[in-house]
Amino acid sequence: MPREKGLTLDLDADRLHSMYYYMVLSRELDRRIWILNRQGKSAFVISGQGQEGLQVGAAMALNPKTDWLAPYYRDMALVMAFGMTPREVMLGQLGRAADPGSGGRQMPSHYGHSGKHILTGSSPVATQVTHGVGIAWAMRIKGENGVVLTSLGEGSTNQGEFHEALNFAAVHHVPVIILVENNGYSISVPQSREMAVRDVASRAQGYGIPGVVVQGSDPLAVYQVVAQARERALKGLGPTLIEAKTHRFTAHSSDDDDRSYRSREELQEELRDDAVVRFREWLEQERLWDQEKEDALLKRVRHEVDDATDYADAAALPQAESIYDHVYGSSLA
Amino acid sequence: MAVLSYLEAIRETLRQELRRDSRIIIYGEDVGVRGGVFRVTEGLQKEFGEERVIDSPLAEAAIIGTAIGAAVNGLRPVPEIQFADFIFPAINQIIQEAARIRYRSNGTFSVPLVIRAPFGGGVHGALYHSQSVEAFFAHVPGLKVVVPGTPYDAKGLLAAAIQDEDPVLYFEHKAAYRSLKGEVPDERYIIPIGQADLKRQGQDVSIITYGLMVSYALKAAEELEKEGISVEVLDLRTVRPLDVDAILETAKKTGKVLVLHEDNLTGGLGGEISALISEHALFYLDAPIMRLAGPDVPAMPYSPPLEHAFMVTPEKIRDKARELAKY
Repeated sequence: MPREKGLTLDLDADRLHSMYYYMVLSRELDRRIWILNRQGKSAFVISGQGQEGLQVGAAMALNPKTDWLAPYYRDMALVMAFGMTPREVMLGQLGRAADPGSGGRQMPSHYGHSGKHILTGSSPVATQVTHGVGIAWAMRIKGENGVVLTSLGEGSTNQGEFHEALNFAAVHHVPVIILVENNGYSISVPQSREMAVRDVASRAQGYGIPGVVVQGSDPLAVYQVVAQARERALKGLGPTLIEAKTHRFTAHSSDDDDRSYRSREELQEELRDDAVVRFREWLEQERLWDQEKEDALLKRVRHEVDDATDYADAAALPQAESIYDHVYGSSLA
Repeated sequence: MAVLSYLEAIRETLRQELRRDSRIIIYGEDVGVRGGVFRVTEGLQKEFGEERVIDSPLAEAAIIGTAIGAAVNGLRPVPEIQFADFIFPAINQIIQEAARIRYRSNGTFSVPLVIRAPFGGGVHGALYHSQSVEAFFAHVPGLKVVVPGTPYDAKGLLAAAIQDEDPVLYFEHKAAYRSLKGEVPDERYIIPIGQADLKRQGQDVSIITYGLMVSYALKAAEELEKEGISVEVLDLRTVRPLDVDAILETAKKTGKVLVLHEDNLTGGLGGEISALISEHALFYLDAPIMRLAGPDVPAMPYSPPLEHAFMVTPEKIRDKARELAKY
C-alpha cells in the first residue's frame, strides 16, 4: 500500500479494523451468493468483488445520519458499510417478503433502504445520478447539513443523464459526490471502446467542477478524496466527480462468461491489485493486524454469512396476492 | 367570484399552493424571470424567490430526475415541461422511475410530483408544439394523468395533484389557455383525481371526452339541440384512473356513445373506453360505439389546411354525433 503513515487522517485503529471487516464481509457474502446461485437457490448474481476497497473507503467518509446514498448494483460493500446488514442484503438476494429494499420485487443487488438513507435504484443506468442530485438539492433548499454520494460504473457515464445531472448539480452548487467505479468493462466492452478519454474524471471539466482520479485498491486514498469532496459540498462549493480505478474480479453477472472477452492473464494481473489483500498487508505492516486477529475476523464473518443465509432462507416469500400492493399510496389501482 | 381564463386559473392555483405549502418548488425552462413561454408562472419568482421558482438548464431528463430526488427527500416539486412534445427525453424517468419507485420499494419510498405540460394543437405549432401525449402515460400503472377542460376544474384538479402522494401528469391545452374563461372561486378547493363530471345532460347520445374537446363537444351539443338531438357530455377530467362508473352510467343511459379525443385514434383512450363499455354495458347499446379522434399520422402538420384536417373541431363533432343519433 503506497501510503504514508501520516496520511491516515483521522482514522484510528478501530475505524481501520472496521474498514477491513466490511471489505472481508462483503467479499465473503458475495462468494456465498455465487454458491447459492450454483445451488439453484438464487437466480441471479451481480457482483462487486474487486470493488470493495473503494466502496468501504468512500462509506467511511460519510455520515449515515445526515448523508444519503444513491448507489448502483455492485455496491454491496458500500451499502453495508453505510448500515445495511448481511441479513438485509441476503433477504433481497433471495427475493423474500422481508427484503427491506423492495419486498422481493427487485432483482438482487438493486439496493435501497428508506430508513437508512439508501435510495431505491433501477436497472437503466445513470438515472440515480439525477435522483442523487435532486435529493442533495432538496437538502440545500431545506437547509440540511448533509451530502449525497451517488455511484455508477464508467460505462454509465456515457448516458445523457450523467451529463445532465452533473451540469445541473454544478449550476446549482448541489452538495453531491459522484463516484465512478471504473472497473474497465461495460459488461464485455473495454473502456477504450466506451470513451475516447483515459480518465472519466476529465469529464468534470465540461461542468466546471473538480474531477479527481484515485486508486480504488487504496481505501484510505478513496476515504481522503471523498472526505475532501464532502467538506467542499458542505461548504456550498458544489459537486465533485471522483473516479476510482478498480477491477471486476467476476463476470458481469451470473448470466455472463467473461472468458469470451477478457484473457485469464489480464484477470490474474488485476487480482494482484486486490484491495482486500493489500489493505490487510498494510495493516500488518503498520502492526495493526496479525494472524490471530485475522482468524478471529474470518470466524466472525463466516458466522455472519451463515446466519444471513439461514435467516433469509427461512424467511417467507411474498404472497402472490400482494402483487397489487403499493401501486399508489391511496387505494386507487 | 372572479372570472378567470384557464391559464389564470392555473397561475392563481400555483400561487395559492406556493403560499400554502413551503415544500412546493416550481422549476423548468424559462419559468422564472420570463414566467414561462406561455406566462403561466409569470410573477411567481418575484413573489416566492429564486429558491422556489427556478430556471433550470435545458435538459428534460434532469428536470424530472432531480424532481424525483427532491420529492423523495420531502419537497413537493411541480416541474414544467415547456411543451408536452418535449417530454420524451424524460419518459424513462417518468415511467421507469417516478411511476415505479413506490412499487419497486414495496411502499417505502414515494414520489409526490406534479409534471405540468402544455399540449394540443390548433395553434400553428406544427409537429413538435402540438402533440397530445396523454395515452402514453395513461398506459402506466403508478401514474395519474389529469387533463382539465375548464378553468374551474383546472384549479381543483391542480390542487388535488399537488397534494397527491404519487406522480401526476397535468396536461394543459394550449388553445384553452386564453380562449376558455369561467368562474373560479378564490378559496382553495379539491376536485378528486379520477372523478368524471357530467357537463351536460342529454338523452340521445353520450359524448365522452376530456380537455379542450369538452368545450368543443358542448358547442356541438348546443347546435344539435336545435335539430332536436339531445346530447350528454361526460368530461372525464382524469384519463388515469378512469371513472369507470360514470362511463358506464352514461353509456347505459343513452345507449349511444361517441368517444372523442384530439390524440391519435389508434391506441388512444377511445379504445380503452370502448372496451370498458363493451365488457360491461354491451346490451344497453343501441348502436356501435363510435370514435372521433386525431388521424393516424405521426404528428400535426403546420400549414393551415393540414392543421385543420388534423384538428377535431366542433363541426366534425356535430356531424359525427348526428350520424350516431340517426343510427
